Amino acid sequence: MKNEFLVSGSPHIHKKESISRIMWAVVISLIPTGVAGVIIFGLDALWVTLVSIVAALLTEFTFQVLTKKKITIFDGSAVITGILLAFNLPSNVPLWLPAIGAIFSIAIGKQVFGGIGQNIFNPALVGRVFLMASWPKYMTTFVKPFNYDAVTSATPLAALREGKVLEHISYLDLFLGKRGGCIGEVCILALLIGAAFLFVRGYISWHIPVTYIFTTAVFVYIFGGNKLFNGDWLFHILNGGLVLGAFFMATDYVATPLTVKGQLIFGLGCGLLTAVIRIWGGYPEGVSYAILMMNGATPFIDRYTKSRIYGTK
Amino acid sequence: MKNAIGEFTKGIIKENPTFVLVLGLCPTLAVSVSVANGIGMGIAATFVLLGSSLIVSLIRDFIPDKVRIPCYIVIIATFVTIAELCMKAYSPLLDRALGIYVPLIVVNCIVLGRAEAFACKNNLANSFFDGLGMGVGFTLALILISAIREFLGAGQILGHTLIKGFEPVFVFSMPSGALLVIGLLLGFFNIIKNKKS
Repeated sequence: MKNEFLVSGSPHIHKKESISRIMWAVVISLIPTGVAGVIIFGLDALWVTLVSIVAALLTEFTFQVLTKKKITIFDGSAVITGILLAFNLPSNVPLWLPAIGAIFSIAIGKQVFGGIGQNIFNPALVGRVFLMASWPKYMTTFVKPFNYDAVTSATPLAALREGKVLEHISYLDLFLGKRGGCIGEVCILALLIGAAFLFVRGYISWHIPVTYIFTTAVFVYIFGGNKLFNGDWLFHILNGGLVLGAFFMATDYVATPLTVKGQLIFGLGCGLLTAVIRIWGGYPEGVSYAILMMNGATPFIDRYTKSRIYGTK
Repeated sequence: MKNAIGEFTKGIIKENPTFVLVLGLCPTLAVSVSVANGIGMGIAATFVLLGSSLIVSLIRDFIPDKVRIPCYIVIIATFVTIAELCMKAYSPLLDRALGIYVPLIVVNCIVLGRAEAFACKNNLANSFFDGLGMGVGFTLALILISAIREFLGAGQILGHTLIKGFEPVFVFSMPSGALLVIGLLLGFFNIIKNKKS
């Protein structure tokens, strides 16, 4: 007699979702930002992004062939790492820079820990920080927006740090991305469109991004001005990589806490660190360091916010 | 004699102080910025290792068990002082580059570890070759790490530029680069070891 019932352990109800489905959705959500980056900074931005993606995929493939692991280059996670790394670079970098950054991201940031699901730190940020520490001169010269023949300019945050009088940029220009900066961080509008898509599909929750941005804003408002409670919080939200980081990198599934309480703590910590680095630190921008530091703290946050097992005290 | 050769070679590969025993990482991380520093540190540590292993082995029957560590430290510190004063006299540049890490050889765990684990239980000849092997192993490890770091971090080996137009990866001149290089080399040697067994 043929057994018609499948006997298996729980869970018994399956959703259609899978890792690669979610990853490709994140890739789609990043497309508006990429388009905006190319419009603002010209075709250079496209080449940097493509080189970064290809290098990430090739590294993942080579590493998995060498270690005889399952090839996972089609699950989209390496593509995301490549895109996010490129979005964290200026558009006028030499093309070997994103290539080396992507190789480092995938090899050291992800595969040495055991591949997808095992990395302690966000791989794209690992790559960015590596490039920042190695070739700061390329990482801190930015081109002017809509000015494709490479006239360099400082980011508004860097100008603020050096105490220069800011040429006035309206909040609307900042929102639309008309300023110097990294490829994927300037156009807040495009980032919010992508983030909204992920919210609607339920792939990211509000907890980390909202607490992150809110904490930064409050802290900057209190301490960021020339006297207390006088900081330009909107300027700080719209500048630097805060929105990109909060929605797309602090919400990485692997390196962030699992529980809601943990995620709130994570967002709070990221916000505090970002504001502290921006106001008193040595760099004009602190989003990547803040997220990496909180990535490192995630195992401890998880340990202390473990939810109560049902039926125990 | 065969025994002595065994004691000598085990320190270089099978029980390499840096990559297998993972001892003495503090000076390794700190001074391996350039090959010259690595060699200087390696020679100083080898000298101290040799001297302390010899003396500890010679007087191992007279040292009371309860105060053996202070006795070892006094012996080691004597040799470190000799090494430091010699370095100050004959190579002040190297002395400035190595800085506090020369006096810190006193608390280097390779030196104390060999006195505690080997020299206090073995005869003079074996202790001599053990100290020499460990010292050479430590020096070779330092040279390997510092060669990688100097090449990547400054584009040079022993101060000579190798490839023109090479843009140095600055992070390898920093402590984080040292941790990266040591971690990857450790992993690499473990792969080789696992393949063999």
